[in-house]
Amino acid sequence: MKRAGIYGLMAEFNTPTEVVMAARKAYSEGYRRMDAYSPFPVEGLSEAIGFHKDGVALVCLVGGLLGLITAYGLQSWINLVAFPLNVGGRPLHSWPSFIIVTFELTILFGGLSAGIGMLIMNGLPTPYHPVFHVPDFAHASRDRFFLCIESRDAKFDRQATRQFLSGLNPREIAEVPY
Amino acid sequence: MAEKPNIDEMSSRPPVIAPGYTFGTITDKISAIVLTRETPLGWFAAVGLTGMLTLMMTYAIGYLFYRGVGIWGINIPVGWGFAIVNFVWWIGIGHAGTLISAILLLLRQSWRNSINRFAEAMTLFAVMCAGLFPLLHMGRPWLFYWLFPYPNTMSTWPQFRSPLVWDVFAVSTYFTISLVFWFIGLVPDLATLRDRSQNRVAQFIYGILAMGWRGSARHWHRYETAYLLLAGLATPLVLSVHTVVSFDFTIGIVPGWHATIFPPYFVAGAIYSGFAMVLLLAIPIRSVYHLQDMITDQHLDNCAKVMLATGLIVAYGYVLEFFMAWYSGNTYEKHMVFNRLYGYYKYEYWGLLAGNIVMVNSLWFKKIRRTPMLLFIVSTIVLIAMWLERFVIVVISLSEDFLPSSWGIYTPTRWDWMTYIGTIGFFLFAFLLFIRVLPMISIFEMRDLLPAAEVNAAEVKSK
Repeated sequence: MKRAGIYGLMAEFNTPTEVVMAARKAYSEGYRRMDAYSPFPVEGLSEAIGFHKDGVALVCLVGGLLGLITAYGLQSWINLVAFPLNVGGRPLHSWPSFIIVTFELTILFGGLSAGIGMLIMNGLPTPYHPVFHVPDFAHASRDRFFLCIESRDAKFDRQATRQFLSGLNPREIAEVPY
Repeated sequence: MAEKPNIDEMSSRPPVIAPGYTFGTITDKISAIVLTRETPLGWFAAVGLTGMLTLMMTYAIGYLFYRGVGIWGINIPVGWGFAIVNFVWWIGIGHAGTLISAILLLLRQSWRNSINRFAEAMTLFAVMCAGLFPLLHMGRPWLFYWLFPYPNTMSTWPQFRSPLVWDVFAVSTYFTISLVFWFIGLVPDLATLRDRSQNRVAQFIYGILAMGWRGSARHWHRYETAYLLLAGLATPLVLSVHTVVSFDFTIGIVPGWHATIFPPYFVAGAIYSGFAMVLLLAIPIRSVYHLQDMITDQHLDNCAKVMLATGLIVAYGYVLEFFMAWYSGNTYEKHMVFNRLYGYYKYEYWGLLAGNIVMVNSLWFKKIRRTPMLLFIVSTIVLIAMWLERFVIVVISLSEDFLPSSWGIYTPTRWDWMTYIGTIGFFLFAFLLFIRVLPMISIFEMRDLLPAAEVNAAEVKSK
């Protein structure tokens, strides 16, 4: 499928400081639909493009609580309802011995929710993405930093945005085709 | 424009990476190990040798399936034997990987960045070896799924008051979380390999595994949160796993097992032997692949210090066992200590004392911590001594417990040895394959260590 127009304009930088400054300027200029790309997590970069809160911690918490309820509920149900077994007159609801499996499943569900939740919220797996069309983008996983202003942005204009980006003193500016 | 060289003169921290690296060169150096066409000849030799040991393990397991656990040396009263000794030993080795990847991350020990990846891989392979033993020990391993709670036609459920069921949950959770942690850590590096590879097949495989990772700032933000949360969850998990393993012993009333010192003593012993294995792997790897710039002498020094600290906790555990045997006034506990010192298995016990109390103190000397060859020897001795410790705990206590009429001697058979040495072969075999196809050092976390990775806050604010 070929779509009309371009995905966005991408500026390439050499240092993390440059890309953070560029992202902040773009944000204060009024651009909102943009993303920055870097070979490692750059401090303050996501804040600079206006992304502050992620839901990973909440997903992890909910997952962990689900694991806790599942494990304790299952053990209680088995020992009280499904398969009550009198072991030397010990109480059927012997909660101290249920703690360990409860703990383990809390960790298991919480960890899986954090890991898988992060991937899903990031929209991964996404083998295809327009930014990969930019030849230099292979450097995004090596040693360079990119800022892409997307054409979906209300303020996006091929000429004006290009002019704005070249004012940021990038190494190069590339058009990102669909 | 030339890339900014890595100069870290202002920082007072000891260098965890040699100066002179840039984002580009560090990426190339680590990825070249995987993407190169020239694999060291020694690698093929090692894969061949360990592959044969793996086959020997398969043979021993195959024969076990055919004949049953009677081919092993186990019998009443010593029903646990090598299977449990090796299980505890292997799972303990795994613990260092999680400690390095999770606990040292939370403690902001940036030196961990160059050793966490292969230490985590070590954890996974060690837990695989560990998990094998209880399964084989079950007698009818093909019914292993009876361990899990599932609705079945027999209308029975697992006994959740039993530490053996706790073990199932602890070990399977440990393996799953370690795998997730390891894979999530790999994703950005897989993207690097995808982008750097010249080979279509490799590009495709790394591309699929990288899931389209593109280093977006939004993605990194969620990624870091998830990574930190996983570290936070793995930290109590790793402490719980060997605690639960120690419960397998402490919940029983056998003399020498029924002790409250066991959980901390087991966890310390696990980390102690695990760091010995980390050193055993790191020392040859860094010289074969010329990685002394990234796995520096400082790293070996730090690992040795952790070994020293945990080793002394283990030594304290031994001393306390003596003390409790005397202080409790319990005849059976006293006999257990006497039996360890002068009984049938006295050489095993004196061997472990020599390794874990005497040898470990050599790590007080900087000269030894800074000499890779000596450190390699000390680590080997530590691993043997820790194996002997598990042997002593499992076998001596069972062989002479309460009634002299029910005492008995345990002698491992050749099948015991073949299975044990076979798992060592399998562990190294899997590890060798790992260092060939995946980056053994976390590339993105190494980039993060470079001074050039820091955002100049003053410059950002001024504009």
